[in-house]
Amino acid sequence: MPKDSGIGASPKRREDVRFLTGKGQYTDDINIHGQAYAHFLRSEVAHGTINGIDTSAAASMPGVVQILTAKDFEGVGGVPCGWQVTDRHGEAMQEPKHPVLAEGKVRHVGDPIAMVIADTLEQARDAAEAIDVDITELEPVMDMKAAIKDGATKVHDDLISNLCYDWGFVEENREAVDEAIKSAAHVTTLELVNNRLVANPMEPRVAVGDYAPGTDDYTLYTTSQNPHVIRLLMGAFVLGIPEHKLRVVAPDVGGGFGAKIYHYAEEAACTFAAKQCGRPVKWTSSRSEAFISDAHGRDHVTKIELALDADHKFTAIRTDTYANMGAYLSTFAPSIPTWLHGTLMAGNYTTPLIYVNVKAVFTNTTPVDAYRGAGRPEATFQLERVIDKAARELGVDPADLRRKNFIKPDQFPYATPVAVEYDTGDYDATLDKGMEMIDAAGFEARAAESKAKGKLRGLGIAHFIEACGIAPSNLVGQLGARAGLYESATVRVNATGSISVMTGSHSHGQGHETSYPQVVAEMLGIDESMIDIVHGDTSKTPMGMGTYGSRSIAVGGSAMVRATEKIINKAKKIAAHLLEASEADIELKDGAFSVAGTDKSVAWGDVTLAAYVPHNYPLEDIEPGLEETAFYDPSNFTYPAGAYICEVEVDPETGKVDVLKFVAADDFGNVINPMIVYGQVHGGVAQGIGQALLENCAYDENGQLLSGSYMDYTMPRADDLPMFDVDHSCVTPCTHNPLGVKGCGEAGAIGTPPAIVNGVIDALHRAGHTHVSHIDMPLTPARVWAAMNG
Amino acid sequence: MHNFEFVKPGTISDAVAALGGEEAQALGGGQTLLPTMKQRLAAPTTLVSLSGVGEMVGVCTNDAGEICIGGATTHAQVQAETASSYPGLSGLAGQIGDPAVRNRGTIGGSLANNDPAACYPSAALGSGATIVTNTREIAADDYFQGMFTTALDEGEIVTEVRFPVPMAANYQKFVQPASRFALTGVFVAKYASGVRVAVTGASENGVFRWSEAEAALSSSFTADAVKDLSVPADGMIGDLHGTPDYRAHLVKVMTGRAVTAAQ
Repeated sequence: MPKDSGIGASPKRREDVRFLTGKGQYTDDINIHGQAYAHFLRSEVAHGTINGIDTSAAASMPGVVQILTAKDFEGVGGVPCGWQVTDRHGEAMQEPKHPVLAEGKVRHVGDPIAMVIADTLEQARDAAEAIDVDITELEPVMDMKAAIKDGATKVHDDLISNLCYDWGFVEENREAVDEAIKSAAHVTTLELVNNRLVANPMEPRVAVGDYAPGTDDYTLYTTSQNPHVIRLLMGAFVLGIPEHKLRVVAPDVGGGFGAKIYHYAEEAACTFAAKQCGRPVKWTSSRSEAFISDAHGRDHVTKIELALDADHKFTAIRTDTYANMGAYLSTFAPSIPTWLHGTLMAGNYTTPLIYVNVKAVFTNTTPVDAYRGAGRPEATFQLERVIDKAARELGVDPADLRRKNFIKPDQFPYATPVAVEYDTGDYDATLDKGMEMIDAAGFEARAAESKAKGKLRGLGIAHFIEACGIAPSNLVGQLGARAGLYESATVRVNATGSISVMTGSHSHGQGHETSYPQVVAEMLGIDESMIDIVHGDTSKTPMGMGTYGSRSIAVGGSAMVRATEKIINKAKKIAAHLLEASEADIELKDGAFSVAGTDKSVAWGDVTLAAYVPHNYPLEDIEPGLEETAFYDPSNFTYPAGAYICEVEVDPETGKVDVLKFVAADDFGNVINPMIVYGQVHGGVAQGIGQALLENCAYDENGQLLSGSYMDYTMPRADDLPMFDVDHSCVTPCTHNPLGVKGCGEAGAIGTPPAIVNGVIDALHRAGHTHVSHIDMPLTPARVWAAMNG
Repeated sequence: MHNFEFVKPGTISDAVAALGGEEAQALGGGQTLLPTMKQRLAAPTTLVSLSGVGEMVGVCTNDAGEICIGGATTHAQVQAETASSYPGLSGLAGQIGDPAVRNRGTIGGSLANNDPAACYPSAALGSGATIVTNTREIAADDYFQGMFTTALDEGEIVTEVRFPVPMAANYQKFVQPASRFALTGVFVAKYASGVRVAVTGASENGVFRWSEAEAALSSSFTADAVKDLSVPADGMIGDLHGTPDYRAHLVKVMTGRAVTAAQ
């Protein structure tokens, strides 16, 4: 019998009422009296020297308040990078300066050159057209491999080269891996591209800067996944504003997918300009600007080699990856191809030796950073593709090859050769479940039906693992993070028993306002409607690190559990006093405190009232009030895993791929709200199909974005997708957090791309196109047709 | 968007007069022009809306049996009102853009713009339609003169389009997945005088007739008739979504499918 409340129930999302009725309060809905509008004049060329910027004509145009260029930001810090990677020789990565507005050079199409502030947005845009920028174009640096050759044009003249770092992991394994590959019975090699993507949240980025001269207080309203991180980065590193003078508010946020984690130049510019011009300053990104100024995702070029012994056991993996950083280092960019990618190269398998080499390269393109999955999709894609290719080369069933190499349930905790320890998992269970859901046994009959229609049907299998809730802080500090990765919660019980929970995590589509109260209500035995979640405002919530990397429930939820446990402990003391019993005998059940073995009890509301009206209260032992805060720093990542399996049909005449069936069997550990988790997987699968078949952020050789609008950048639409069959009945609870939860936000985007590509290759091979061993994503009709006819 | 004057005349003659002004621009449904203006890539001084010209809206049949469609008629209206009289045309109109586009965009606007990937040019050329303007009648074969180029003079308005009704017709559109314009679209129409095949989306010169296929289909109106033909890739569009070779291949595939569907 499904529960109707608490952990495991699926109440409808309470936030949807306001979202669906137009009552949400997004950043663009915030308008402050006297506000002016900012427009950024952006570079139209990928690489060039700025000889001069003449703003004199623009400055006298109607409505213009102020025009800022790089010289106005002298004395202001650059946009900081939050992660320092150490290369395989022990050297720190090359870290270029990232000025708020372009200084001396422009380095990608969209690099902001000037900020025009006017009474209206149209006036600001008119004035921007009147700014005369004298630029000498330079050769754009586009190809990663060419970029790191001697004598290549440099993106940053003050760096040694375009190589940000050359990372090796695990460096000590390098020779042993080489040796294992040399002596292997079989080696499968695959070269592939993990295509660059634009996140495209429905709500574009917005920033509103406000300054109160009377108190010297700054406020930034911004579309952020992590307002405290922005407050720290912008306050400490860019503008020199101490935290107590800077409030960052991220109200309702319409999707992030990673692109709203980072601190962006526009946020600092609006905050800075608000003081400069004495008016609140608002900037709302146009969709065109979003394409060239939101951090992009992926963009890896990789060669992977998988070595197997005669018994088809994996013996070693070696990868060489070129990772595009773009023109500057976005906030967490260096960590994505390294610690969020290399550590996942073991996948679900017992491969004993792994060596990952990553060369991160600067190019004249928009910066690249985390996008849903961040590093883990890149790892999974390589691995699941090369395993499929190996199975084909060896003539064995791809599912069987996976099973043969899976880490088995009795091997947990399992230490991989890439420095992580998986706590739990049962990969045979999820793969079996997925194969049952797709009805693998009925595949041949369906393939015959497709053939009768002139179509080619394929079965695509992938199994993934991810690491969520990256932690603990002391470890990530050693790995180069310039931040901690704990999460916070304050549980504020009010006098009449209602509760406000302040969380440092942030909801931008995840449904926290619904699922978090389920946890607290279950622990206290009270109704969920008595609990509200407060997030997204540094003046209201304790310092927290925000939401990304599928961390909210695993880390933020755990903080909430710890804070609620403190509430229960204190409430029991109060109840014991009211009941004149020993604290040890007090039990909390169904929202009432009772003395064990008696019928004496006191209601939740009586205890909370006593805490705030402490007339009959043990004042000598405990303080009045009922409010507790906890900071939770996990001891390990969590490791969700699952099988993603699909059936695709290829039209051999046109190369068009249709996804006919898609199943996902995930082990997310315990699940708080199954409906929300279904939704997370649905969204992730849609984005995964988008990457595999449709989405392609492509530049031409001059550094111009070819897919800079929805006329050319193909977002997945409902008619591109089948109905999804999603299951999370396979459960191995996380062993190290109090809820036994693992995280589900990125799974779909990780597991889906290799399943789709494997399915298409399977379809082509079954039809005799055995020369096609790989097609790079997106598998557009043109690419599939060209591969078949190549 | 830059500021502009907006006029909405009620007659063709008033519209023509308004278009005589400096940097005046006719506005049909605005499905191309308005986004271009919002991006500040176009900045006309005056926009002359044609949507109020009553005599340019609607679908009827003339004495010669041709379907006559007013230049300011929306795609949705064409789709609805030619469903029984010219199903091939109705089917094409129903594949343009999405419902919002079809309820604003007009046939005159589409033909005047002559986007190389638009659907309507293939129907007009494939049907041997007559493009009627405020000053003259232009045969479709003379009207389309290359990508975004037509026989229209400055200030000339497409007031009506006359389609002779074929014995059989069909439009097959292989969509460019992002824009959902035609990556390659083929309109095939069979008349007593012969078969016409018009291709959109594929060529750098915009819509064109595939004469080799027309000849083959005029003798045998079957998909098999074009099976062994090929279109040269030379002059085909190559972009993110398809190479010239791919588009040339699609021309043949879509032609075959259109013939089969027209049966």
